[in-house]
Amino acid sequence: MFDALYRVLALARKELLAMFKDPRSRFSLIIPPILQCLIYGYAATFDLSTVPYAVLDQSRTAASRALLAKLDGSGVFDRVADLTRATDVKDFIDQQRVVLVLQIGQDFERRLSSGQSADVQVIADGRNSNTAATATGYVSAVVSAFNAAWLSAHGRRGAPLSTTIRSWYNPNLETRWFMVPSLIGTLTLLQTLMLTAMSVAREREEGTFDQLLVTPIRPAEIMAGKALPSMLVGTTQATSVLLVAQLWFGIPFAGSFLTLYAGLSLFLLAAVGLGLLVSSVVATMQQAMLFAFVLVMPFALLSGLTTPVENMPATLQYFTVINPLRYAINITHRVYLEGAGFAQLLPELWPLALIGVSTLSAAAFLFRHRLS
Amino acid sequence: MLIDHLRQARQAFRRIWALIRKETYQVLRDPSSVAIGMVMPAVLVLLFGYGLSLDVSNVPVAVVFEDPSPDAHELAAGFELSAYFKPVFTTSMPLAEQLMRARRVDGIIRIRSDFSRHLKAGSADVQVIVLGTQANNARIIEAYAQGALGQYAARQAAEGRSPAPGMVKLRTRLWFNEANDSHYFLVPGLIVLIMTLIGAFLTAMVMAREWERGTIEALFVTPVRAGEILLGKMVPYFVLGLAGLFLCVVAAKLLFAVPLRGSLWVLTGVSILYLLVTLGIGLSVSSVTKSQFVASQIALLLSFMPAMMLSGFLFDLRSMPLAIQLISFLLPARYYVSLLQTEFLAGDVWSVILPNAAVLAVMATALLLLTRMATRKRLA
Repeated sequence: MFDALYRVLALARKELLAMFKDPRSRFSLIIPPILQCLIYGYAATFDLSTVPYAVLDQSRTAASRALLAKLDGSGVFDRVADLTRATDVKDFIDQQRVVLVLQIGQDFERRLSSGQSADVQVIADGRNSNTAATATGYVSAVVSAFNAAWLSAHGRRGAPLSTTIRSWYNPNLETRWFMVPSLIGTLTLLQTLMLTAMSVAREREEGTFDQLLVTPIRPAEIMAGKALPSMLVGTTQATSVLLVAQLWFGIPFAGSFLTLYAGLSLFLLAAVGLGLLVSSVVATMQQAMLFAFVLVMPFALLSGLTTPVENMPATLQYFTVINPLRYAINITHRVYLEGAGFAQLLPELWPLALIGVSTLSAAAFLFRHRLS
Repeated sequence: MLIDHLRQARQAFRRIWALIRKETYQVLRDPSSVAIGMVMPAVLVLLFGYGLSLDVSNVPVAVVFEDPSPDAHELAAGFELSAYFKPVFTTSMPLAEQLMRARRVDGIIRIRSDFSRHLKAGSADVQVIVLGTQANNARIIEAYAQGALGQYAARQAAEGRSPAPGMVKLRTRLWFNEANDSHYFLVPGLIVLIMTLIGAFLTAMVMAREWERGTIEALFVTPVRAGEILLGKMVPYFVLGLAGLFLCVVAAKLLFAVPLRGSLWVLTGVSILYLLVTLGIGLSVSSVTKSQFVASQIALLLSFMPAMMLSGFLFDLRSMPLAIQLISFLLPARYYVSLLQTEFLAGDVWSVILPNAAVLAVMATALLLLTRMATRKRLA
């Protein structure tokens, strides 16, 4: 029993030494997750901070200027040009110089003063329809504020219905609060899986795997010896992303670290299991990398990272049941932002454990049967 | 003289052709290359076409009636009729909060006990609470809830229960994508991902493998020149990349009904440029690092995630901090996404095409030169 443990630890130590001996490989294990977390933490946001726009103001009245002043004063809208001809609209949009053009008709103030509704046309560049929709949403918020101010200034009563909106767990609904915790799982999955798969594949490619087999180390122990260092690296990477999230981005951590790490350990177990499964069917490092990637790509797309799982068609939602990243992202969000405890996370935890156990046993089976 | 040149050219061509054949066999025989080069594009087309959607529908929300009046019921009916919501009705706020904590609902609409009275007095307030964990989703839910409440307010106004004031009304038009079809928005992203995968990812290890295994030395003693080795490596992946492009164009047209408003020739031309850039990335990373593991990690860092996150396909580049924008200028994906979006949806807008294509051409030249310089006939 202790002999087995000793053999596993010896192999794990050798693995770690091999990983960290080469300065480039050391670099590629530590720096990329931190760098990516920083870059994507800033990059991955659906919130717009600058919306370049142009205006075709055919009214040129106090009212239209007041509306534009509200827009310019919002801090988000950046007026690039005042257009004079309707034909300019096409040029500005086509050449991607603006996200949207506001067209204010001639009778804008007249209609507004006479109690009619005055149309303002928004023409948005639909090439990125997501950005366009967000930007028009901002315009409509500014217009609502303008309407309210206009009505109260003219002694009219405001709209009969108002809404107050509160948001739990992320008061300003910042995309970053969602995205950065998601990266804890996403960034570690890819590297952990690939690291495990490639370390076995390298031994095969270099012929040292056969040498391992003639040592007293048993196949299951080889697996454990390969799994442990990868999990250690994965935990370190997850921790570094977690530190960036808290110290750099200042996203408040609501839950308990114990719960989070328990969830992450199960997740890493599943990732390592998948990596070993991949490694048991491949012959070369290139195959290991490509197959690992073939797995990770759909996992990433179907994890809720970019689009919510609930919005997917039912058949694809079934597929996400075997996706460890989906559970990992859920767990990190719920612990990190909502402060959920073990009991609430059980529906996420046991599938991860199941994935881990089944991939590891499948890998063990394939390891044994490939040898003969 | 001329005949000598011709003979040399013919021999060079034969050498390159032999290498291309060898490399093609290797790609076709290796199940992992087939998986990335052929299966993956098909899977991605299906996932992007049918799987990913930023549109929200049937969001479970709790509607809390603290006011049993007909006004409140009328307001709630708006949520029941809406395709965006699947309301659960309750009279207790603590129960609704409990549902939200258990993630059974994504939002709470609270109609307070004094709603009807305040409405008659001219200003009532409805409280909307959203689950902020999925921030983007929450924002959409928030907007839809406001829309549903706004419709109710408009109905009230139309029935003359409250005065109809003169207000600014927005009429929005989404150019190039009038119906706001999300496929229009996803197809360029799909193409950029597939081209990046085939160009940069598949090739990241091919040169490193020759160096690691020492087979590059065997190649060096043959009459094959270093440039010819690289050309032989590039051609099969180049063909695979073009096949991926046409698969996407056909899928875009036939499956997703996304229009191609520019010309197919321009699209193919700029795609060839991008493919050369990604092949340049893959081969130069591979030739410079000479190690399969390091090459795979760098290729991953440079290709897949940036193509998704820093290309402007999903997230707006203009809203990123300056430092991140500068990084994005170094990555080819942003130019290609801009070209793809314009070619598919806007048409041949030369003032967009020429500068972007020029940047890609410069990048391709620089990277291929770098690869050529890193692959000298010299023993390490």
